[in-house]
Amino acid sequence: MTEKIEITLNINGRDYEVRVEPRRTLVDVIRDDCGQTGTHIGCEHGVCGACTIILDQEAVRSCLMFAVQVQGKRIRTVEGLADGDKLHPLQTAFMEHHALQCGFCTPGFLMLAVNALETNPDISDDEILDVLASNLCRCTGYQNIIKAVRSTAAEMRRARA
Amino acid sequence: MTWVGRSIRRLEDPALVRGDGRFTGDLTASRWVRFVRSPVAAGRIARISVPAGSAVFTSVELAAVKPIRPLLHKFNYIPVSQPVLAKDVVRFVGEPIAAVVASTQEDAEDLADLVGAEIEPTPAVVGAREARGAGAACVHAEAPDNVIVDASSKTAGFDAALAGAHRRIAFAARSHRQNALPIEPRAAHAAWDRSTGRVTLTCSTQAPHAMRTVIAELIGMAESDLRVIAPDVGGGFGQKMSLSPEFVVITWLARALRTSVAWIEDRRENLIACFHSRDQHIAVEGGFDADGRLTALSADILANVGAYSCYPTTCGVEPLMAMAEMPGPYDVPEYACVSRAVLTHTCPMAPYRGVSRPVITFAIERLMDKAAAAFGLDPGEIRRRNLIRSFPHTSVTGLLLDQASYIETMDAAVQAIDVAGFRARQAQARAQGRYLGLGLATFCERTGYGTPAFAARGMEVTPGWETVEMTVDPSGSIEARIGASPHGQGLRTTLAQIIADELGTSPDRIKIVHGDTDRTPYGWGTFASRSLVIAGGATLMAARKVRARLTTMAGILLEAAAEDIVLEADAARVVGTDRSIRIESLARAAYHQVHRFKGEIGPGIMESATYDPAGTFSNACHVAVVEVDVET
Repeated sequence: MTEKIEITLNINGRDYEVRVEPRRTLVDVIRDDCGQTGTHIGCEHGVCGACTIILDQEAVRSCLMFAVQVQGKRIRTVEGLADGDKLHPLQTAFMEHHALQCGFCTPGFLMLAVNALETNPDISDDEILDVLASNLCRCTGYQNIIKAVRSTAAEMRRARA
Repeated sequence: MTWVGRSIRRLEDPALVRGDGRFTGDLTASRWVRFVRSPVAAGRIARISVPAGSAVFTSVELAAVKPIRPLLHKFNYIPVSQPVLAKDVVRFVGEPIAAVVASTQEDAEDLADLVGAEIEPTPAVVGAREARGAGAACVHAEAPDNVIVDASSKTAGFDAALAGAHRRIAFAARSHRQNALPIEPRAAHAAWDRSTGRVTLTCSTQAPHAMRTVIAELIGMAESDLRVIAPDVGGGFGQKMSLSPEFVVITWLARALRTSVAWIEDRRENLIACFHSRDQHIAVEGGFDADGRLTALSADILANVGAYSCYPTTCGVEPLMAMAEMPGPYDVPEYACVSRAVLTHTCPMAPYRGVSRPVITFAIERLMDKAAAAFGLDPGEIRRRNLIRSFPHTSVTGLLLDQASYIETMDAAVQAIDVAGFRARQAQARAQGRYLGLGLATFCERTGYGTPAFAARGMEVTPGWETVEMTVDPSGSIEARIGASPHGQGLRTTLAQIIADELGTSPDRIKIVHGDTDRTPYGWGTFASRSLVIAGGATLMAARKVRARLTTMAGILLEAAAEDIVLEADAARVVGTDRSIRIESLARAAYHQVHRFKGEIGPGIMESATYDPAGTFSNACHVAVVEVDVET
C-alpha cells in the first residue's frame, strides 16, 4: 500500500502529474500534492460535505475516494469556479445573501450547488432544499445559503427565457 | 447615509468564496504529528513501548513543560494540574499520551498505531452525581470528593419568602454533554526560525494573545520569542478559546526539533478529545404568590466539568454563570443557589456559545410552564406577570439590566404564532390522536461585558478590555489593528463601517488586521458576545482620535478652524467652501512635511484606544410549535 503510483489528475483543466500511495484519498492529493487548498476537510467520513468537488458531471465527497480512482476524469474545485476576475454567479450570490460566515464549508456548498444547477437547470425550490441538506454548516447559515442558491437558479432561468 | 446600519457585502467574502481563505491546515510542514490517546477513562500508565528508531515524545521528554493549572480565587476553587501529555495516569478517553512525529501525516498515523501504551484500567466515574457519591473514584487527589467549585448564595429573606409562598413548584432538568463541533477541526503549525530562534505558532484559536502568554509560560520561553497567528478559523463557538494541550506540544516540538511541525485534528479526535460542554443537572423550585408571581427562586446546579479545568476561564465558567444568571429576564425578589463543578473521568468542559444559557433558560422556562398549568394560566400570561418591566433593574444576583424589551418581544412572538388559532388546532389534533405543543422561551443574553464582570468570578486571568491601534500611513491607507480575533463574525466589515463613517471614507479602503500577535495590540480575542461592543467601541474611540488629528492638520494647512473641517469623500474640506485637501495629501504631509504644522502636530498618524465597558444584556423570545410522534 505504501508503494507509490504515478497518476495524472486533471483539476480545473490543468494536469497534475503526481506519485501517490494508493491509499491516499482524493482530497488529500488535491490539497497536499496539487496545492489546491480551497477544498476543505471537515470530517473525513463523508458526512459534512466540506470536501465536495465536481467529478465529470457529479458532485462527490473527495474524502470518500482514492486519488487513483480518478485518473482520466475531470475534477472541478472551487478554484475553478471564477473566470479570472469574473466570479461565478453563485459566488456573487453567496456574498450578496451573506451565505457564509467562517467560510470553511463554503467551497463544498458552492460545488454541490453549482453541480445541481448545471445538471438540473429547472431545479425547484424544494429540490434545492433537498440537495443542500447534503452538507453541513456549523455557523448555521442555512437560510441564507438557500436564498443564494434559489436566487441564482431563478437568475439562470431568466437568462434562458 | 452612514455605513453603520447598512447591509453591505462583507470584506471577508471574496477570498472565502474563491477558495482563497487561508486556514491552518493549508500550511505545509516538514514534520507531522499524530497523538496517541488514552482508550480508557481512567488508568495507570504501566509502560509506553516505542518502535525502535522512531520519534515519539511522552511526558518524560516534556518533563520541563509546566502543567496547565488555571486559577480561580473564589468559590472554594481547588486548582488541579493537567500535564500536556498524560503523566503516570490517564483521566479521560482521548487524553493525549504521546506525540508521534514523522515526515508525513500518513507515516505519523502508521507509527502511532505501533506505539504500545500499556494502561492498567482503574475505576472510573463519568457522571456528576455519581462522582459526589460515597466511594466514588477520585479524579484528582487534591479534591477527594471531586468537587472543585462549590459556590452558594442566599438572600436574607429567601427562607421566609419560600415558606410563605402560596404555591411551590419544582422542576429538575438534565442537559447531556454537547460538543461545539466547529466545521474546521483544531489544527496547529509551529515553525522554528533558524535566524532568531523564535517560533511562529499558527493555530485555530479564538484568542491568539492568551495562547501566546500561556504557551510561553508553560514552555518557559520569553513571550517575545513566540508569535501566534490565528489565520482564517473555521468556527469556534467557544471550543477554540480554551488552551489545547496539543498546541503546547506542537510549539515545544518545533523548538526541540528546530523545524516546522504540524498537527491537524481529525473529526474523531475532535469528538472525543476536544472540549465538551453543558453536562449539567439543574433543579429549581419557585415560590409563587396567589397571583402566580414569583416570590422566591432556588436552584441547585451540578456541572460535570470533566477531568481538568480549562484555561483561561477555569471550569467555574459554567456553574458560576448558571448561578449568577439563573433568574434571567424574571423579577426574582429572593434567591438561593448552590452551584458546583464536579470532576469526572470525561473530556474536560470548556465554554460553548451561551455557556450555561441554554440549560438555565430551559429550566426556568419549564418552571414557568409548570406554574402556568398549576395556576390555570396561559403560558404567556404567567410570563407576563413575572417578566421585569421597569429599567434599569438590578437583579437579585447584582447584575444590572440596563434596558430590555421582554414583554414586547414575547407579545410579538405570541402574535406571530396566533395562539388562539393554535389552541383550536391543538384541540382538533388531539381529538385525532395527534399531539401538538407550543413552547415559549424568553431569555436575556449577556453581551459586551468587560473586566468587572470577569473579576466578579475571581478569575486569575481576567479578560475584558480591548485595544485598537489605528494608523494612516504616508500613502493615506487606513489600518486598524485589533486584539479581537474574529472567525466568521464579519468583524472586519463592521469595524470598517464604523471607521468609514468617522473618517469620511468607504469600508473597502480600510484594512483591519487581526489574529497576529506580532502585528496587533494585546487583546482577549473573540468570545462571549463581546467583539462588536468592545473592539467596536475601542475602534470608534480610536477613529475619533484620528479624525481629530486629521481635522487639526487640515485646519492648519487650509488656514481654518479645526471645528470647521469636515471629512467626506476621502478629503478634509472647510465646511461651506470648496477648499479641501485629500486625506492622502494630509497623510503624506504628516510624515514628510511635518514642519508645515509648526510644532502643533508631531509626525505620523497613529492613535490607539482601549474600551472596557460594564456590559449589557440583549433579549429575545422564541416560540416553537411542535408535533410529537407518540409512537416513537
